[in-house]
Amino acid sequence: MNTLKRILGVVWIILGPTIILFLFMQAAEKIAAAAVGIARTNTTLQWSIIIIIFIPICAGLMIFGYYGLKGEYDRLPGNSDEL
Amino acid sequence: MSTPKDNVTQSITKVIAASSLGTLIEWYDFYIFGSLAVIIGHQLFPSDAGASALINTLAIFAAGFIVRPFGALVFGRLGDLIGRKYTFLLTLVLMGGSTFLIGLIPSYSSIGYAAPILVLILRLVQGLALGGEYGGAATYVAEHAPAGKRGFFTSWIQTTATLGLFLSLGVIVATKNILGAPAFADWGWRIPFLLSILLVGVSIYIRMKMHESPVFSKLKAEGKISANPLKESFQKKANFKMVLLALFGATMGQGVIWYTGQFYAQSFLENTCKLDFNESRYILLWAILFATPFFVIFGSWSDKVGRKWIMLSGMLFGIIFYRPIYQYFIDATDVGEFQKTELKSSSAPVVTREFLAEKADSLITTTTVKTLNNGSTFKEIKAVTLHADETLPPTEKISFADVTLPNSTFWIIVALVFFQVLLVTMVYGPIAAFLVELFPTQIRYTSMSLPYHIGNGVFGGLVPFIATLVASFQGSTPLSGLWYPIGIASLSFVIGAVYINNKGDRDVTD
Repeated sequence: MNTLKRILGVVWIILGPTIILFLFMQAAEKIAAAAVGIARTNTTLQWSIIIIIFIPICAGLMIFGYYGLKGEYDRLPGNSDEL
Repeated sequence: MSTPKDNVTQSITKVIAASSLGTLIEWYDFYIFGSLAVIIGHQLFPSDAGASALINTLAIFAAGFIVRPFGALVFGRLGDLIGRKYTFLLTLVLMGGSTFLIGLIPSYSSIGYAAPILVLILRLVQGLALGGEYGGAATYVAEHAPAGKRGFFTSWIQTTATLGLFLSLGVIVATKNILGAPAFADWGWRIPFLLSILLVGVSIYIRMKMHESPVFSKLKAEGKISANPLKESFQKKANFKMVLLALFGATMGQGVIWYTGQFYAQSFLENTCKLDFNESRYILLWAILFATPFFVIFGSWSDKVGRKWIMLSGMLFGIIFYRPIYQYFIDATDVGEFQKTELKSSSAPVVTREFLAEKADSLITTTTVKTLNNGSTFKEIKAVTLHADETLPPTEKISFADVTLPNSTFWIIVALVFFQVLLVTMVYGPIAAFLVELFPTQIRYTSMSLPYHIGNGVFGGLVPFIATLVASFQGSTPLSGLWYPIGIASLSFVIGAVYINNKGDRDVTD
């Protein structure tokens, strides 16, 4: 199981930037498709908020993957003194 | 004569009642805004689609997704520094106060743009308060509960979000029925907001009489309170890795299951399946009514068999069954199939004619309400476009709306929505105990609040937006939107299954 945790760690490290890239591509497509004027400003605002929220979350997923790869989750703490 | 055991039971009952009542009221306050959004839009926002659209977007997105996690950090830190009791008293006052004040805002016609800006500010305060409330209530109850019953006792807190939705719908419907629709739309919509101050007043009075959490009091007496909970939670690797595990292995999947079962199902039935407004709400209300006790059942069961596999099973069943369930919704509400049944009656057609200025075409719409022998009714809308260019033949399009179902189909759909809410109870019932047990007392409020509100607020709250987005892709079908909750739940299931222990640290006193 510990080997699987480490292998999957690589997957999470790759998944983080992939999601961010996908969001940027979607944002560009949807903003370009919106009608010029207030609709475009509104779509830009929505996507800006989503991207601002998801960048730190995806960074968190990469850190999670890195910890997994380094074996930080091989054994979880048995009590709070270990934290 | 009461025994010490009776006193303990009585004491924990009061703790649960005081905590749950306040949390339920916070959810009530949060939901009435959403339920009355259309009326608020008419009364407090300008009718143009300009700046009001931007303020609306900010109010919806900022309050739901940004401010809630931020509130978790602000109030979580306070809760770990000054104590649970005073912090979740403060969140209650902020939530109740801002809700009451929304009910007092003069209309846009009286004060202009000050009205929507005040709504935005108060909505942000609501989001902030909600972000701080849940972690406090769950921590407070868990720190009073005995080790073997923590899942059972905290599961009462878990029922409050669903019951808050119930209460908000109930108060709105009752107020509207008493006053009548015109008076409700004019001024009666303010009553549910103003009523909040009474509910909050009662809850504050009850909470004021409660004692601080015994675990936190002991920590304080020993001088072991964290000097900087934010730094310890997120800069100390040993703890931060558990915050990440809680988010990606549990709350992320729980958030999408929660919002799919309780919001997306109703929205899908109304917007995609074209069910009547009341019909889709009755289906959800019945489903929630039958499923709510299972929060407590699964919370209690998790004390015996562990939290992990109950939560992950809820996610797995969602991954497997969402698509067949929603396919059944589409098939069972197909009006084309209904019409194979004999027609019982048909209303006189209502014909309207409209001139389409941009193309100089004419649109003739014929609406007929039909009732079939199987008990279903629907509105048939036939739209014929007569082109200005007479060489083009007229185009005809038939659509259906306001569908009510045959009795048997109605109850099958109630059962399927019940099943989805049952999955909600599986993922949500044990999660408070799971989160509380994951973190030490010094930084528990801070550490558990953030992953909860990112999981629920961000991943769950974005289900309608992202599902609609996915459904807009080229080649998508009405079921395509489900790939978002299925994908997130799958990711969370894999992470939870591989990385989380079923038997965690059950001692919350350390």
